[in-house]
Amino acid sequence: MDARSESETTPMKNRTTVERTSERELVVTRTFNGPARIVFEAWTTPELFRQWWLPKSVGMVLRSCEMDVRAGGQYRLAFEPDGMAFFGTYLEVTPHSRLVWTNEEGGEDGSVTTVTFEDKGDKTLLVLHELYSSKEALDAAGTGAADATVETFAQLDELLLTLGASTGR
Amino acid sequence: MVQYSGSGLDASFAALSDATRRGVLEQLRRADASITDLADKFQMTLTGMKKHVDVLEQAGLVMTEKVGRVRTCKLGLRRLDEEAAWIERHRQLWDARFDALDEVVEQLKRKEKVDGRKKRK
Repeated sequence: MDARSESETTPMKNRTTVERTSERELVVTRTFNGPARIVFEAWTTPELFRQWWLPKSVGMVLRSCEMDVRAGGQYRLAFEPDGMAFFGTYLEVTPHSRLVWTNEEGGEDGSVTTVTFEDKGDKTLLVLHELYSSKEALDAAGTGAADATVETFAQLDELLLTLGASTGR
Repeated sequence: MVQYSGSGLDASFAALSDATRRGVLEQLRRADASITDLADKFQMTLTGMKKHVDVLEQAGLVMTEKVGRVRTCKLGLRRLDEEAAWIERHRQLWDARFDALDEVVEQLKRKEKVDGRKKRK
């Protein structure tokens, strides 16, 4: 772990882009400074996956992370503190290049996630595509604590309106 | 992309703490106006109104544009439309996740390097 030899330069932080490509689709793109083989490993090994999937800002921790990574295999992520769980089935597992799974915790509103890993020299271009069952399901897709920031701004907007209404004439 | 920050919020709330400034926002919600118009409407000096507009502008609540000798004010970008806010929320989540994933990738690369060296011995 601590074997940082030679002259390791701090890699530049890569940009994360998010696009809503249709009413039911969300596409997230990011480049990683490592080969697809390694990035794929980080997505398919539970001990590694749980190190990054839940950023601190979400305010929850993974209590358990079970992943049977093969076509037809199941996964289940359970969270602290509220016992919420994400679960589903892997539809496609192509080592180092493609992962497809279902997100079944939303019942009929479930979505399908496709992640592709493409080697670009010593880097990997990762594209994550989420297909939801309806526009409404994607509109409502939660993002954890990040929602709170936006709620704060929504509240500020509301406050502006209220204040405006009471002073404007 | 519009950046959010705590200090931005502080500036917004500070800007909103004044009745005249809240009135100016309400006015601009209806139509763009020059500083002279606003000064007239609120029965203030130009200098006084300019100070209020500066505070609102710094908070991102108002934008101004000078055309010739007239400075026109309009509502700022602080009020994002819902779609942009929605995208930004998702971007923040994935960005935080992927920053953590960067660390895991670095860790695996280091491990491979060390293992590779052991094998060569």
